Amino acid sequence: MLEIRDLHAAVDGTPILKGISLTVNAGEVHAVMGPNGSGKSTLAQVLAGHPAYEITGGEILYHGENLAEMDAEVRAQQGVFLAFQYPVEIPGVSNAYFLRAAYNAKRKAKGLDEVDPMEFLDLVEEQLKLVDMDPAMLHRSVNAGFSGGEKKRNEILQMAVLTPTLAILDETDSGLDIDALRIVANGVNALKRPDNAAIVVTHYQRLLNYIVPDYVHVLAGGRIVKSGGKELALELEARGYDWLLEAVA
Amino acid sequence: MNTMIAAPALLSQATAASASEAPEALRAERAAGHREFEANGLPTTKVEDWHYTSVSAIAESTFAPMQGDASGVTAEQLAPYIFSTSWPTLVFVNGVYAPSLSQTDNLPAGIRVLPLAQAVGELGDVVTRQLGTLAPAARDGFTALNASFLGEGVVVHVSKEMVIDVPVHLLFVVNDAGVGGMQHPRILMLAERHARATVIESWVGLTDGTYFSNAVTEVTVESGATLHHLKVQREGRNAYHVGTIEARQGRDSHYVNFAFTTGAQLSRTNVYTVLDGEGCGTTLNGLTMLDGEQHGDVQTRIEHAQPKCFSRQMYKSILDDTSHGVFNGKVFVQSIAQQTDGKQTNNTMLLSKTAQVDAKPQLEIFADDVKCTHGATVGRIDETALFYMKSRGIDNDTSRQLLTYAFAADVLETIENETIRDELERITMRRFTSVTD
Amino acid sequence: MSATIDQLVNREYQYGFSTDIEAETLPPGLSEETVRFISAKKQEPEWLLEWRLKAYRRWLTMKEPHWPNVTYEPIDYQASSYYSAPKSIKGVGSLDEVDPKLLETYAKLGISLNEQKRMNGVAVDAVFDSVSVGTSFREELAKEGIIFCSFGEAVREHGDLVRQYLGTVIPYSDNFFAALNSAVFSDGSFCYIPKGVKCPMELSTYFRINQATTGQFERTLIVADEGSYVSYLEGCTAPKRDTNQLHAAVVEIIALDSATVKYSTVQNWYAGDENGLGGIYNFVTKRGKAMKNAKISWTQVETGSAITWKYPSVILQGDNSVGEFYSVAVASKMQQADTGTKMIHIGRNTKSNIVSKGISAMKGQNSYRGKVHILPKAEGARNYTQCDSMLVGNECGAHTFPYIEVQNNSAILEHEASTSKIGEDQIFYLKQRGLDAEQAVSMIVSGFCKEVFKELPMEFALEAQQLLGITLEGSVG
Repeated sequence: MLEIRDLHAAVDGTPILKGISLTVNAGEVHAVMGPNGSGKSTLAQVLAGHPAYEITGGEILYHGENLAEMDAEVRAQQGVFLAFQYPVEIPGVSNAYFLRAAYNAKRKAKGLDEVDPMEFLDLVEEQLKLVDMDPAMLHRSVNAGFSGGEKKRNEILQMAVLTPTLAILDETDSGLDIDALRIVANGVNALKRPDNAAIVVTHYQRLLNYIVPDYVHVLAGGRIVKSGGKELALELEARGYDWLLEAVA
Repeated sequence: MNTMIAAPALLSQATAASASEAPEALRAERAAGHREFEANGLPTTKVEDWHYTSVSAIAESTFAPMQGDASGVTAEQLAPYIFSTSWPTLVFVNGVYAPSLSQTDNLPAGIRVLPLAQAVGELGDVVTRQLGTLAPAARDGFTALNASFLGEGVVVHVSKEMVIDVPVHLLFVVNDAGVGGMQHPRILMLAERHARATVIESWVGLTDGTYFSNAVTEVTVESGATLHHLKVQREGRNAYHVGTIEARQGRDSHYVNFAFTTGAQLSRTNVYTVLDGEGCGTTLNGLTMLDGEQHGDVQTRIEHAQPKCFSRQMYKSILDDTSHGVFNGKVFVQSIAQQTDGKQTNNTMLLSKTAQVDAKPQLEIFADDVKCTHGATVGRIDETALFYMKSRGIDNDTSRQLLTYAFAADVLETIENETIRDELERITMRRFTSVTD
Repeated sequence: MSATIDQLVNREYQYGFSTDIEAETLPPGLSEETVRFISAKKQEPEWLLEWRLKAYRRWLTMKEPHWPNVTYEPIDYQASSYYSAPKSIKGVGSLDEVDPKLLETYAKLGISLNEQKRMNGVAVDAVFDSVSVGTSFREELAKEGIIFCSFGEAVREHGDLVRQYLGTVIPYSDNFFAALNSAVFSDGSFCYIPKGVKCPMELSTYFRINQATTGQFERTLIVADEGSYVSYLEGCTAPKRDTNQLHAAVVEIIALDSATVKYSTVQNWYAGDENGLGGIYNFVTKRGKAMKNAKISWTQVETGSAITWKYPSVILQGDNSVGEFYSVAVASKMQQADTGTKMIHIGRNTKSNIVSKGISAMKGQNSYRGKVHILPKAEGARNYTQCDSMLVGNECGAHTFPYIEVQNNSAILEHEASTSKIGEDQIFYLKQRGLDAEQAVSMIVSGFCKEVFKELPMEFALEAQQLLGITLEGSVG
């Protein structure tokens, strides 16, 4: 589904990613871990097409197509979903309207008819339960005045509604207490299907207690320095990152 | 549009003063002050920044420079105005430094505090580098007037990386001997890089007679330095007080100013700062409490000149009788000052039907990546809160006093130094609990 | 991102065409003779000529105000023509014999003067340069006792009413531009709603400046008698020209006891180009007086004009009266807007509500200037003010100058302001959810303007949507 080959990327001329290769198949969950500044959030942003990052080398194939050539909204319409580390506030725009606009944009791209507000509301109400969200949240402005946990749950709600093929979770666990973490993880697990995949970017192992990865990759200095199974995460938790960095250096 | 009031008597005094003997370092600034005052006089209410405060009474006055007679002032009289006898304190009586009432031998190492005349000799560079550069004579009529009388004042110099825990108190006192007179002290403060200090500027009137204080304070807060600067204005009931503070801040510095105002029949406090280094910030807070026919005007101006700076302002006023409060807070954000974070609040409580307030919280923004907010409220005691307290058995007067005090305490709590905070809280508490005597 | 926003803020002006029509145009210049000419042309009674002359003489003694936060080259008041009217207009007020060229012009502007074709029942008084082309739905309104006609006709047919109210809210001596208007106003609209009548349709005036070098000085007078209700709309456009043209209008509203007047404007005068060439100087005085239990509500969407100087205000004279001001002002290209409101609280328990949204883009400068004045007798007065600014790019500016003057301690005032930007992060977030850049910007802007748009009548909401290129769906509800 996703094939990243020797990817290099820079922001404001400063190289951040220095040759990443990674293959993700349908049905898989990949965890990307690493210390601060290793480039793991950059990888998430580059995959989603953030304009501040420039791809300076390598390629990203998504279902065999060049992802880098697609605008951010086209990637989204094609099923790439990024759960933001810092979800953005949009005052005055209701959550319900925003969700429906996004849902319809995706349908339109597939040549399907748009759904009307009533029909959509039924659809969303189902998903609300998944993340244990109050329906009243739908009528509040997007993320405005939300607590950290509410914002993250709102990201998973959007993910549930938009049913992505490739979900990228960028430090979705940061700043969450254990209850919120469980709700978010349950949401993610419930959405897992044989035909989709997820990349879970995280600094800490604790999220991986709830979302069990098939593969774990450790990023440092813009490169993947080690890959392994889920046991690698536990080892990192026990030993920290330093031993790996030293081994690489 | 008529924007200047000529002040003939003041001008002739200024002419004489600027021509009198003075150290070389002060002469040019005096001349500039005289020139500007002659050209500009004092501002009328047609000048936007003076719209709500008329200074025509000052312009028409015939004040003569105070002569510094300290003979009638005793340490006992000053005791209620001294926060702590263990703090270094410089006392000025009737416009002139009074060494006999001052205490400077307890100054810790790393900080020098000298009367201006002495500083000109001993701290020459500190004086010349700062004098008239932060508060140029061309700024307005009052600064020009102050410049033309240059002579008395203080220089506070904190050396780099010195952390001075004990506050320094500068106390300006006027008694009956100063009635009919005026003083124009100039205060210079320099906190070198990574230094930290607290300075209190106190203005006290021991007389009900009329006099005029016109102070200018120039403050430099270098990179990484923190300066806490309190201005406690308790001038006599019939005094005129105009005080301008102009600060310039370096990278990552923090300038904290608190203006506590209860005195004078007519007062104006200007607090201006330029955030001139990346990542620096300022916190400007104040409490004004007026009654009778007092008029008190506080004006702030924060200029965000560099990126990533923050500013916080909280000004509260409690106005009784026919007093008139004015707050004018300006925040300028230059186009390069991206990621500015500015917040201003201004709350006024009107205790009587005839008290009056004019507020002008102003934002002028030329950069796009900024977060600036301001909020202003005017009202009287919250009736719901009052009812709640009464329903718990607290009598009406006590409830009112407590709520009024709580309104003020909110901003007093921001004062970092505990001794100063406690003292100002005590003054405030006493003020509102004595109302019903 | 900025390319999209630029497209949004730098749209081609759609109404920049001009109509080639034979007109009677007074040569440039202003004197007592000009005032007399205009008055005679309109066959005015002696009292009105006298009033104009007093205004003119007063104007001569006044100075152009320079306190607004705008800069422009000095205006030569002698270089403008003060009267221009298509020769084909005979001043009958009826639409039956209107020159087809004019009908075509209005059709091009999206304003149908043909009553049969109007689906939504908005009565229009169409003002073209200095005169009214005609007023629709007059008979239907007359059945309710409502008078809706051009100002000139009102002077002739309802002279006593006009005389009773003209200048009672905005005296001719009020300010420089109001004095100029009082001396030379050529036409405008008049509306009277009788006691207890709820006006069955929206009334509107559409102002069009066509001639080059002509100023437009129109005057609108709305009198809502006790217990009545009217919703009034105003639209304005002008051809694209390289020179600046002056528009100095006056709108006076009188809301008698328990009356409600809702006045909405979509101002889309030509704004000049991105180098600041051309565009209308829009110097307008708008004020209403609300008597006991009355309510006056101003809503404006200001997107046009090179310079805007405009403060729709309410004098809250009567007890329990209410004043409202909702505004969206856009300043892009080289536009300068200095706009806001004044709420003067005189009566007891008076309330005012101010919501101002300023959007600055390109090199636009947007200033909010507002005054809330609580007079000593205004027991229990309340005001809530919110003014928010949005900046797009770093060559523009947003400024707020709120004046709060309180002389009564039972008043409660709250003022909030904020400044933010359309951020790259916001746009990326929306794009990541599958929306294209234009949809993303639209959504952000409409969210920002939500509180104001929901105050607009439906017809205007659609026009505002078109103007700002935004969808309203997400911003309402």
